[in-house]
Amino acid sequence: MPDAMLELEGLEVRYGVVAAVRALDLRIERGELVGLIGPNGAGKSSTLLAIMGVVPVARGEVRLRGVSITGRAPEAIARAGISLVPEGRHIFAGLTVEENLRLGRAARRDANGVEADLRRVYGLFPAIAGSLSRQGSALSGGQQQQLAIARALLARPDVLLLDEPSLGLAPTVVESVFAALEEVRAQGVTILLVEQRAQVTVSTADRTYVLANGELRLSLTPADANDTARLAAAYLS
Amino acid sequence: MSTLQALVDAVALGSIYALVAVGIGLVFGVLRLINFAYGELITAGAYTLWVLRSLPAVVAILACFAVVVSLSLLLERVAFRPLRKATPATMLIATFAVSYLLQSIYLLVFGSLGNSVSTLAGLQQAVDLGGLRIRWITIVSLACGSLLLIGTAILLGRTSIGLHMRAAATDFQTARVLGVRANRVIAFAFLVSGVLAASVSVLFTVQNSLVTPDLGVPITIFALVGVVVGGLDRLWTATLGGFAIGFAYSLLGDKLSGEARVYLPSLVFGLVIVVLLLRPGGLFAGQPRSVERV
Repeated sequence: MPDAMLELEGLEVRYGVVAAVRALDLRIERGELVGLIGPNGAGKSSTLLAIMGVVPVARGEVRLRGVSITGRAPEAIARAGISLVPEGRHIFAGLTVEENLRLGRAARRDANGVEADLRRVYGLFPAIAGSLSRQGSALSGGQQQQLAIARALLARPDVLLLDEPSLGLAPTVVESVFAALEEVRAQGVTILLVEQRAQVTVSTADRTYVLANGELRLSLTPADANDTARLAAAYLS
Repeated sequence: MSTLQALVDAVALGSIYALVAVGIGLVFGVLRLINFAYGELITAGAYTLWVLRSLPAVVAILACFAVVVSLSLLLERVAFRPLRKATPATMLIATFAVSYLLQSIYLLVFGSLGNSVSTLAGLQQAVDLGGLRIRWITIVSLACGSLLLIGTAILLGRTSIGLHMRAAATDFQTARVLGVRANRVIAFAFLVSGVLAASVSVLFTVQNSLVTPDLGVPITIFALVGVVVGGLDRLWTATLGGFAIGFAYSLLGDKLSGEARVYLPSLVFGLVIVVLLLRPGGLFAGQPRSVERV
């Protein structure tokens, strides 16, 4: 059996009496790109926030490389090797691009290889390399998304969590973001991608899970990308 | 020439209030907490100087810094950290509780009558500069205030911990998700604010040697008013506000004489009300904030 990089076992997330995620089991192998799709309110973002320690885990367990990280603080989880690109990017608009990237290094476990990693993200996102002294607020939406991903990569994570990276972006920019994600996966980073764009996610990811009402409803492979009837049924189930 | 002299004194007092404003603003930035117990840190430093008055000034001042910084870190660890997930109102009430607790301790230990601090009393002497009689403490306050403010600006702008503090002040959750250690950043904010409080203890007690249990209360209230007048959302606007309140207080005090000086706080607060009516977002804030209260 291949190495499990990230495992969720019976994960439950609650907001008061409302269960956002129920009994979710998920296993992601090292170097995989796994998609998580579903309608609004399905529990996709809550799953990522629970993995990251931002919202508490009501029940179940989150394991990274076989070690439980349940209940740890977000900064401890980041330092353990998980980076989150949050929904809405959350770049620091008042800081420069260079300062945003420096913040991405806060979770690094060692200072070696920073320059090489910087060259790598500049290669992935050339627009970022040319905007280092600009304020984050001066970037376009697509550039801000690239900056958010670049910032997360500078932590040199084992697992990259992305929450709707295509939200609000033009189709051409979405294509470039997905192309960058494929390159990141090729570099050995495990990716859990939450998306609304079902078709492109299913075709890009090794496996895609459909979440609805906080429960896992369906598992899809790239071969299912053009089966729109199955996708629609999964969303409406 | 008298006006020029008053201006110099006003700048010196303004720089002290600016230090208090920065001390309060740093903690507010990372915790969204207005620490009403800040003045009691200043009082702790003043009493340390009084207790160690027989020792060389350098030793007393170093001890003052050690006591105030330790107390600041202790308050963060014991009083505020356990309440970090509490509502802002609970946190605010906690700072009042800490403030009254510390004042009561000072009252029990040192009594209600004032104690006179004589550390660096020589700085009360004046020097003649082109016809202006300027006390050394005015020059020292200006120099120390400027150096500390510049130092804080460099710390925030050029260092990793400063960057982490700025990020935490903007969006603490995202900063933590990126790996910024919350406890470290908050403790560092309390440490720096403690250093600033200790500096104010030394500078203020040279100017006003009488130390009473409630010494820090009016300083904190005036600085807080300055912070609100300047604009609470950014550190530099809060700093300018603190400076402005000290400046206004000193200048108005110079214009009032004798019995009329008892109306000085009322005048300053009246001025503050006018400023806030005209610019609700603060004197130096960019966009006026419109908040529906009813």
